[in-house]
Amino acid sequence: MPILSVEKVTKSFGGLAAVSNVSLDLVEGELVGLIGPNGAGKTTLFNLLTGIYMPDTGTISLSVDNERIPLKGLRPHSICQKGLARTFQNIRLFKDLTVLENVLIAMHQNIKYGLLTSFLHLPAYKREEGKLVEESIELLRIFDLDKKKDEFAKNLPYGEQRHLEIIRALATNPKLLLLDEPAAGMNPAETANLMDVIGWIREKFDLTILLIEHDMTLVMNICERIYVLDYGMVIASGTPEEVRTNKRVIEAYLGEDVGNA
Amino acid sequence: MRKFIALALTYAIVQVLIMTNVISGYFQATLVTVCINIILAVSLNLITGFTGQFSLGHAGFMSVGAYVCALVTMRISTIPGFILGVISGAIAAAILGGLVGLPTLRLRGDYLAIATLGMSEIVRIIFLNMEITNGAAGLNGIPQFINWTWLFIFTAGTVLFLANFVKSAHGRACISIREDEIAAEAMGIDTIRYKVIAFIIGAFCAGIAGAVYSSYFYFLKPDLFGFLKSVDVLVIVVLGGLGSMSGSILAAILLALISTYLQSFPEIRMVLYSLILVIIMIFRPQGLMGSKEISLSVFNKLGRNKLWNITKSRKGGL
Repeated sequence: MPILSVEKVTKSFGGLAAVSNVSLDLVEGELVGLIGPNGAGKTTLFNLLTGIYMPDTGTISLSVDNERIPLKGLRPHSICQKGLARTFQNIRLFKDLTVLENVLIAMHQNIKYGLLTSFLHLPAYKREEGKLVEESIELLRIFDLDKKKDEFAKNLPYGEQRHLEIIRALATNPKLLLLDEPAAGMNPAETANLMDVIGWIREKFDLTILLIEHDMTLVMNICERIYVLDYGMVIASGTPEEVRTNKRVIEAYLGEDVGNA
Repeated sequence: MRKFIALALTYAIVQVLIMTNVISGYFQATLVTVCINIILAVSLNLITGFTGQFSLGHAGFMSVGAYVCALVTMRISTIPGFILGVISGAIAAAILGGLVGLPTLRLRGDYLAIATLGMSEIVRIIFLNMEITNGAAGLNGIPQFINWTWLFIFTAGTVLFLANFVKSAHGRACISIREDEIAAEAMGIDTIRYKVIAFIIGAFCAGIAGAVYSSYFYFLKPDLFGFLKSVDVLVIVVLGGLGSMSGSILAAILLALISTYLQSFPEIRMVLYSLILVIIMIFRPQGLMGSKEISLSVFNKLGRNKLWNITKSRKGGL
């Protein structure tokens, strides 16, 4: 059973079908790329998966522990709690909070104390907060951000802000991770490092990953399968090799020199 | 532990000053007003400063607490009756907060402000027309139970509970809504739930403030809880700094001092008052404290000649 299955999903804004009749499946443990020209509907599809938009037609379902959960109609926070986390294309960190606080907030589902403990700071407060902080710092180590835990998120360099977004998504303890242009604005060395880390976190956290990316080196190198969107429709899918040589893809978007990329 | 020693000291010093009559009747009234304003400001700060929900309805919640407490204590004029009155006043305000919050908290910014303002006015009109509240003439002869001890318990209690709350995971969830609502949702935080929680807690505390008011000034009329009362509280919160509990306390005290001092110039009092507000906002647009808190670790550093130790908010104690 695929971990995520999207069936014939359509979403229109006014007369424009941003996503039309899109179907895709992710098998557990896969790393899949989602590419397409600007405005093809990639981020809209992410927003549909995470509940920010509601599909006009079609179904989306997540399978966790052999249980099929329909996501349509759920609010974003419950979709996140079911195990689907994401990062944002236009970084959406809690800018005026520290790096550590950003991660702590994402660990919200792990809180084991109630409102009364919050008011009175009963012993459970100290114990649980200590645990959360420890776990958060452990996560921050992935990108060496633990040394910067007390800095404000807005003061991090751009690349590290992207890293923090990934860590924050991991802190929600996901099964499926959606990365929206994780390498945007990074230089080739940073991108290479990011590729390694994405592969590593997939193993370490048992994740299935779907990523949107414009950096073809990254997509072609690490994705096992690729879906190509254009004008809201899936125009091709398959292994990087198949997609690279697909005529419609070349026409729509990649251009002829992609073979050399 | 340190904060309890500091609180006990504050209590003892003021108690001594009252007993030796250094703080006379007139200043006692000011003291009560300051404490009520502190309760109102820290609770509005939870809603507006920490959770980021612009509310103009605080006078409405306060009035519910005041009237309910007054009606209870007028029937049961004993200390247990008074405690029952404060609790039922606060709970009534919290219920109103929940009822108003659930439908309106889907609104944002200005729209929420207008909705809460409308709620507050509706409450005022209801009190104006009800038999039991004696309409526009108001309630007179409410038994007076508030003394410095009670005042201190309610004020310090509210401040401590709220300061603890914003430093907890639930408080962080509220703060994340202010920072970025969409990101907060995407991180698994039920934003509507936490907005309603913040609203209910804020309303509950405003109810306590109202109860304290009615029990000290023993006279209530609906006019006391108009739009301007909500604005007064908002002024304290903004002046102190959105997202700073100690800022709200500082601003409440400062504004009371300014106001008292300006009594010597009755004709131009409000002009000067407004002028001072404008000047402070020009030079400190983020409020006196921004989102920082004053920490009590100041006492550790006194030896090293550092008077203020201002730590980042939510890290230091209050």
